[in-house]
Amino acid sequence: MQEQSLASPVPVPTLSAAARRRQLKEKVIAGLVTAVAFTGIAALILILIFVAKEALGLFTDPHARQEASLSKMFLPQVTRPGRPATFVWQPVSSVPKVSMIPLFIGTLKTTLVSMFVAVPLGVFGALFAAEFAPRRLREVLKPTIELLAGIPSVVLGFFALMVMASFVQDLFGLESRLNAVVAGLGLALAIVPVIFTVSEDALTAVPRSYREASLALGATPWETAWKVVLPAAAPGILAACVLGFGRAIGETMIVLMASGNAAIVSARLGDSVRSLSATIAAEMGEVVVGSPHYSLLFFIGVELFAFTFVLNMFATSWTRKVMKRLTGGAG
Amino acid sequence: MKKTLLSSLTALVALATPLAAQAGTLTVKGSDTMVILVQRWAEEFMKKNPGTKVQVTGGGSGTGLSALQNGTTDIAMSSREMKEAEQEKLRARFSTTGVEIPVAKDGVTFYVNETNPVTALTVEQLKGIYLGDTTNWKDVGGPAANIVLYSRENSSGTYSFVKDNVLGGDDYAANAQTLPGTAAVVNAVAKEKNGIGYGGAAYAKGVKELKIKKGSEEFAPTADNVKSGKYPLSRNLFFYLRNKPSGEAKAFIDFTLSPEGQAVVTKVGYFPVK
Amino acid sequence: MKHTTRKAVGLALTSLTGLAAFVIVAVIAIILLDVVRGGAANVSWAFLTQPPTDGMMGGGIFPAIFGTAALTLLMTLAVMPVGVLTALYLHEYAPPDSRMARWVRVAVANLAGVPSVVFGLFGLGFFILFVGKGLDRALGYEEMHWAQPGILWAALTLAVLTLPVVIVSTEEALRAVPLDHRTASLALGATQSQTLVRVVLPGALPGILTGAVLAISRGAGEVAPILFTGAAYFLPDLPTHLNSQFMHLGYHTYVLATQSPDVEATRPLLYATVLVLLMLTFALNLVAVIIRSRTRRKAASAGH
Repeated sequence: MQEQSLASPVPVPTLSAAARRRQLKEKVIAGLVTAVAFTGIAALILILIFVAKEALGLFTDPHARQEASLSKMFLPQVTRPGRPATFVWQPVSSVPKVSMIPLFIGTLKTTLVSMFVAVPLGVFGALFAAEFAPRRLREVLKPTIELLAGIPSVVLGFFALMVMASFVQDLFGLESRLNAVVAGLGLALAIVPVIFTVSEDALTAVPRSYREASLALGATPWETAWKVVLPAAAPGILAACVLGFGRAIGETMIVLMASGNAAIVSARLGDSVRSLSATIAAEMGEVVVGSPHYSLLFFIGVELFAFTFVLNMFATSWTRKVMKRLTGGAG
Repeated sequence: MKKTLLSSLTALVALATPLAAQAGTLTVKGSDTMVILVQRWAEEFMKKNPGTKVQVTGGGSGTGLSALQNGTTDIAMSSREMKEAEQEKLRARFSTTGVEIPVAKDGVTFYVNETNPVTALTVEQLKGIYLGDTTNWKDVGGPAANIVLYSRENSSGTYSFVKDNVLGGDDYAANAQTLPGTAAVVNAVAKEKNGIGYGGAAYAKGVKELKIKKGSEEFAPTADNVKSGKYPLSRNLFFYLRNKPSGEAKAFIDFTLSPEGQAVVTKVGYFPVK
Repeated sequence: MKHTTRKAVGLALTSLTGLAAFVIVAVIAIILLDVVRGGAANVSWAFLTQPPTDGMMGGGIFPAIFGTAALTLLMTLAVMPVGVLTALYLHEYAPPDSRMARWVRVAVANLAGVPSVVFGLFGLGFFILFVGKGLDRALGYEEMHWAQPGILWAALTLAVLTLPVVIVSTEEALRAVPLDHRTASLALGATQSQTLVRVVLPGALPGILTGAVLAISRGAGEVAPILFTGAAYFLPDLPTHLNSQFMHLGYHTYVLATQSPDVEATRPLLYATVLVLLMLTFALNLVAVIIRSRTRRKAASAGH
């Protein structure tokens, strides 16, 4: 270090070589970590690009464009001369029929059945765990229900196929053993833990002061839970349901094993259904690579990606809203 | 810590050297229907020829044929004939349209529930049922009850076979439930008293196999009827090669077609071609 | 309404919520009981150590167990570094209100919601048809080596699928490490990376392990993503290379349940396979739940 005159400006202290190296090293590490953090974003973008890329054939290949045009996918077509136009999914055929409508209906039916069962179960279960269960019970209950989330979906599909199918058929006297109800119930098993966990988180985030105020005003514990805590956590619970919905739309193995996979256009829940996801899983194995049918399956993948993406965006924004409001309110 | 990391890295690199076709190894890839049969053949063959290794992988007929086009398998096994588009690709790459060798026969059988009084149907009646024109068992001599249709996935060779040979190329009725495997069909028909399904003869357990009515005669899917062609619904199961078999491939294929090899076919539940 | 009736109504509805919770638990119990009852008698040492025989109607499931283990091991090797580093970025490096950090979080949340079958398509389209094909071309292979389904591609596909699990668990674990530890370390002159490696990561280790265990459990059970990226229907040989196909417990369950030649004969095998798979994932989950409840308790005390 040299002596400096008081008049000259104080320079930045020069670092020793070792310290500079250390600083550089820190910078490099920070840069590396930041770069790796991009993987999540990159993965999401790559998924979209590469699934869409394989589906692109539908719009560029003239043969595919003629065989599977958008109107053929979404508008009714005359499949047998002399019959009214219908929606038919028969992609392996001399004249392929590629209507997506039966698949949409199938997905919708199984999803609705599962939501119908899973939302009350999940939300009420969460309400119980968050508001009414004694602490000891709650500490057992939560991990137990999280265990359900740990059951692989192929096992739930197996259970739906081997056990629930016969039970449901006898119960409702249904014509086909594998149908929207069985698949929907199987799906419900998969999404109950999702709805439960996210709802429970939202409910526990409601500050204790809300409850204390309500109880002090003479409300019963139930009224407090139902009229104060639940509304306060409502966006979070909505997010839970939306997440569950998204999961149900995309879930594959359960539906593949338990739905019967018939592409029927009907409103009856007792009919077999074919979902978007199960169609991909069932048909991808033998399809000729690069054929219109192949692109079509990737196109279904793009649709599934888009649906769940939109649902997720809603769910995350709602969750953020409720957390912000509640923590803000608590502060 | 660093050492273990290094050694595990080396191990990874060793693993990363891709699996290449080595001399003395024969790879067979394709139809899941045939995996079990060919696996049995491979076991027997390797017992007699310890120097040769036969590796059998499934994945579906399409997978096997595309592996043949790409040169990653020596033999493709397929439960359907090679399609024109696939021959085209093979020609583009290896200037050959491939060699087709039928190695076994599979009788496609229609099943009904054991309680169903119907025992035989004509191909025309089956067509009516699967097109959705005939919807009640009483129209084909059974009880008054709606027919519940079971079909295979459109990716399966059996699906295409029935479509071409029973439905005359027309489409299945939309309400036919498509199940992922023949076992699922058998399982469903065994439990559904008004059900009808189809699949390989090898699978028919717990259900009643329908005979096929031709004129006044009825033919059950037995080995004799299939071999003689009297039972009309049988298909060949194929091996496809790029070129005329030679060396190990020839030895293996000769073995599969020998009386010993064809005995395995019967044991697994298919029908011999010879 | 009178207070007593209000109370009674409340009590009735409260018990309804209790019933909902009970139903969920009961269903779990029924599934477990059914699988254990059907499978316990058939799980033997031979079953666990032998390959399937008689056209999958006999023998064991060793190749499937081995394949599942190898697959999840590869997956873990791929996902852990990326997942942990991403969490480190989010919790330790990203400046508060960083826009990029927000994007990463949004991407991770969305990644968690992508249907598993779409991951399968992605694996096929990206790893096999793009990376694999590119590798073959770059390495000058005439034949296909990498542009086909194999265990590496399946593992990488699963790694992408389980990335959110690892990131979320790790971040939670980092949050549980008290701020004091970091400031103390920095005050002693340690650099940020030294602090992370010597202080923060060891403190967060249980939580990071939880993430690994959860990811393994998830990865071991997923079938849809590996359908087109490497799972084999029947392959008594064990995978020896990174581009070998492999058998898998979950896929084997699917195959046995839907495609076995003789349903009645394979039922015991099927139940036994499901039991093994379920025990495996349950054991992993149980470990994760235990570690997590411990770290949560620690986090709660660290927060004050």
